[in-house]
Amino acid sequence: MSGRLKRSLTSQLFAAILVNSVYEMKNYPTNLVNTVLSPLSFLVVITFVSKGALLGQAIEGGLIMSMFQSGTALQGDISHLKNDFKLQDMLVSSPASPAIYVLGMAISEIIYVSPALLVLAALGQIYIHPDPFQALELTAALLLIFVTSITIGFMFATLSSDIVQSFAWSRLLTTVFTTITPVYYPLTYIPLPLRYLAYLSPTTYAAEIMQNVAGYLQEGAGVVVTDWAVLGGATAILLVVVSKKARWKEV
Amino acid sequence: MGESGRLVTEKLTKRYGSTTTALREVSLSAPSSGIFALIGRNGAGKTTLVRILATELAPTSGRASINGIDVVEDDKRLRERIAIVPQEARTISWMTPKQSALAYLMWRGFGHSEAKKRAEESLARLKLDKVADTLNRSLSGGTKRKVLAAMVLASEAEIVFLDEATNGLDPISRRDFWEILRELAKDRFIFLTTHYLEEAEQLADTLGILGEGRLVAVGTVPSIRGRIRYQYSIKLPPNTNVPGVAEGEVTTGRDGQVQILTNEDEAFAISRKLSVAGTRFSIGPVSLDDIFFQLVGESTLAEREAAG
Repeated sequence: MSGRLKRSLTSQLFAAILVNSVYEMKNYPTNLVNTVLSPLSFLVVITFVSKGALLGQAIEGGLIMSMFQSGTALQGDISHLKNDFKLQDMLVSSPASPAIYVLGMAISEIIYVSPALLVLAALGQIYIHPDPFQALELTAALLLIFVTSITIGFMFATLSSDIVQSFAWSRLLTTVFTTITPVYYPLTYIPLPLRYLAYLSPTTYAAEIMQNVAGYLQEGAGVVVTDWAVLGGATAILLVVVSKKARWKEV
Repeated sequence: MGESGRLVTEKLTKRYGSTTTALREVSLSAPSSGIFALIGRNGAGKTTLVRILATELAPTSGRASINGIDVVEDDKRLRERIAIVPQEARTISWMTPKQSALAYLMWRGFGHSEAKKRAEESLARLKLDKVADTLNRSLSGGTKRKVLAAMVLASEAEIVFLDEATNGLDPISRRDFWEILRELAKDRFIFLTTHYLEEAEQLADTLGILGEGRLVAVGTVPSIRGRIRYQYSIKLPPNTNVPGVAEGEVTTGRDGQVQILTNEDEAFAISRKLSVAGTRFSIGPVSLDDIFFQLVGESTLAEREAAG
């Protein structure tokens, strides 16, 4: 009977969205409030402290944080489903492929943060008002950050066997890559020797690209091209690493 | 390798690191229909064998196939036909039984409407329709296990692995669950691991016994019974004079009850002596418990002697 079944990829994608966002949002709305409030709370603090001067950077920072947080949340969620419910074991022994599973879970994370993204995008439209080409650039940088964080998240999740440790990693990665690094504020605020450390994070390049697009930085074309190349290159390398190192079935 | 309609393993071995060998050259051939029950103590290698057969874990060496499909070389094809309820699997707390079955079927590639129809039918078949829309976190342990069974029952999988699926269930829930397994086995191959010998005896068409990573026996319960040294068991109440036993083993339980394991001729000779003496006793073929302890006990002893 199985040979005759025509399997629907859309259904397989939608299953993850149902499990990880639709049903969870419906039954645990507090999580949703938390996801919306995290990027907005930083935005409010930065805006007050800078007396409004850094509002634009903070909006862009909130967007980067929301996208990056989706990847780290994916790590916690996949790990939770794998270790506490044995869902990954059930899916390994089924026709579902790891690529479809991760893609569905990634989309579910975007849906989960979509209320925060909508609020931030509306604020961005009001205070940054990018033209269509600039909006495209901003979206591309955010998508690269999303793919980067998803790959990091999936790799950590497949290697994790302890949910408490997994959630700790999730929070740590978000803090290191979106709060300490110059995502909500300009890179120039960091003293020079430490500035080089910030360049170890892909989110720094995304922030520099976005701040440049919005006109908060006036970098030369060479710097901008370098930023895109590093961000794109890091994403590609992480994709290769995750395809080699992530563990779907055990060996 | 492999034959249609059979589960076949050849010298299947699994090592974890350099120190732990979970499976040691397990070779078996059994029909891939009805219920195959695998029994063994904790750490005997049951879960490792299930995970290899269900394509979750790669063996260190050896081969395995189900219905002629190799579990390593042709794992994608096999995954079209299998489903598993892993050991310690739980229903997702923020979902209902209907949502759980629906999502699982959609993950297997069913369209939404077909998945919904199958999920509802399966839940009704397992008498879970009344709790279909209740959150899983509010269900009893037994009902949660039934929900997991309903998920795989709703699928098109022809081969279902259940790893210690009845662990932690009370006796009544366990018997309810047996009915579900018999239902599942009508049109599928069920590969079941269990600690409960009674469960294996009640359900299994074919039985496998693992002891310290080795396959100690495989076959139907009567065929395994025929292969062991002592096939009859005589039980005597505490404080009974035990007659002399020419061939067999005499053991006394903590409650003082005496058990004599022996062969057919000796069993009848002892029975006659006990009847003449007016002693109360019971006699019958050895139970699966007795078989298990005879076989696994011998296997464990042999292992330890071999290890020096």
